Amino acid sequence: MVNTLERHRDGREWLASTLVWIAAALVTATFCWLLGDILWHGLSHISWTFLTAPPQNAGREGGIGPILVSTALILGVCLGVSVPIGVGTAILLAEFTTDANLFGRLTRRSLDVLSGVPSIVLGLFGNAFFCKTLGLGFSILSGGLTLACMVLPVLIRSTEEGFRAVPTGYRLSAAALGLSRTTTLVHLLLPAAVPGLLVGLVLGVGRAMAETAALIFTSGYVDRMPESLLDSGRALSLHIFDLSMNVPGGDANAYASALVLVVLLFAINGTASWLAGHWLHRRIVTI
Amino acid sequence: MKPSTSTPDTQPWFPLEERPICCVPKPFIEVEQLSLHYGQTRAFHDVTLAINQGCITALVGPSGCGKTSFLSSLNRLTDLIPGCRLSGRIRLDGLDVLAPQTDVIHLRRRVGMIFQKPNPFPLSIRKNLEFPLREHGLRDRERLSSTIETGLRDVGLWDEVKDRLDSPALALSGGQQQRLCIARALVLSPDVLLMDEPCSALDPLSSGVVEDLIVGLRGRYTVLIVTHNLAQARRIADYAALFWVQNGAGELIEAGTAKQIFENSREPLTAAYVSGMRG
Repeated sequence: MVNTLERHRDGREWLASTLVWIAAALVTATFCWLLGDILWHGLSHISWTFLTAPPQNAGREGGIGPILVSTALILGVCLGVSVPIGVGTAILLAEFTTDANLFGRLTRRSLDVLSGVPSIVLGLFGNAFFCKTLGLGFSILSGGLTLACMVLPVLIRSTEEGFRAVPTGYRLSAAALGLSRTTTLVHLLLPAAVPGLLVGLVLGVGRAMAETAALIFTSGYVDRMPESLLDSGRALSLHIFDLSMNVPGGDANAYASALVLVVLLFAINGTASWLAGHWLHRRIVTI
Repeated sequence: MKPSTSTPDTQPWFPLEERPICCVPKPFIEVEQLSLHYGQTRAFHDVTLAINQGCITALVGPSGCGKTSFLSSLNRLTDLIPGCRLSGRIRLDGLDVLAPQTDVIHLRRRVGMIFQKPNPFPLSIRKNLEFPLREHGLRDRERLSSTIETGLRDVGLWDEVKDRLDSPALALSGGQQQRLCIARALVLSPDVLLMDEPCSALDPLSSGVVEDLIVGLRGRYTVLIVTHNLAQARRIADYAALFWVQNGAGELIEAGTAKQIFENSREPLTAAYVSGMRG
């Protein structure tokens, strides 16, 4: 009797742990396969020339120089617009509105809806609003602004969480010392909320770098070196899409570009967690 | 019960009448018919109490009877809580505390507060003191460092930390952190110190050090201390006030000199509480 029970229990334990292991192994294997495939096909094409030269023959030959520049510019516009607006909104939501506040609830709800909008819809919106209504045309500026709309919800929510994670004790003791709200915000809450902001940035930048659909309609296809923010510029992800879908014989360069994109994402991720871990900690302690 | 170490007049269980009167009784804070609501809930109501200058007044009573809320209304920290309403009157050295035109920043500079859990900022030891001082307009480097040294000496922390002023304050022990918080309040030279169970989160040894420090503040500052430790209240307080929950809200049952409250109370509830029969 006891033996049967024990065997039954052991069997269940075994089944549960096997299922968990299989699930974890599947996730890891998918990632490794993807990474391995990109590395295998792409690594041999990577060279300094590839990174700097302009594309030739519709991208089958040449490099991705202008595309990297366009991507950086689009990302720059996106962050330059979304970080100030995002941090401002997060401060308002976390520090100046209560949970019961109607305006705060409306803002949060619209952000949740906005974060679920498919990127193709945002692309069409960006085309209608930034390109046509504001007359910016197919340009890096239109693309960056559209991406900012896409990144804002995740950036705001994660920064807001960062502010909410700061212990109430800091706010109370700062107020009890007669420190103004602005001082408390700038010197105590903001440094303490920066890790949340960084997490939001990494998620946002990841999404923005990988975005294709929203950029087709806004920043356009042109693969020349951009001369200003009002020029059209092709983003890296769009280049990969174009090479693999529309250009026969472009696979090799598509793989190489994908590899560059993945490495860039890794680098951004790593930098952000390094910042959060080391530099910020030291800064908070010694400012 | 741990013996208090510094001054003979704070030994436990001494006859209360032997304690020298700390000052000529002169009300510094006058509270009249003060009530506080959190939304629909009453925290305490109809509290009338005068707090004498330069003395230590202990607020005692069971949890949830509004002692901490009462304390936070004196520096209007209750303003930070949404839906919190105060009614009644508080006069602090002639200043109408609850008047809308009262400058709360100035008020809170005059009325320092120490919390139950030590809460130094995540900055260095030096910056913890320097940051509030700078905000209140002291920018001269020499004066800053001498004020910081005096503040740390006042709480007996200087010799322990003088070689590591730039290391993080959160690396200090609990008792040291609490003394740093007291120093942080003292450097702003307040008139009043509100202390919300300042020793309850500390180990007995650090608790004794902080208690001696509070006794040392007598005469220079008007101290209000909330404590659940009746023995501590007996050791350090000149005056005491008992709060109790009645009809779902905190009320002031009795207030008077420590001797009256602990040995000769008028209210049977007070007698039962201080003798350990209730609460």
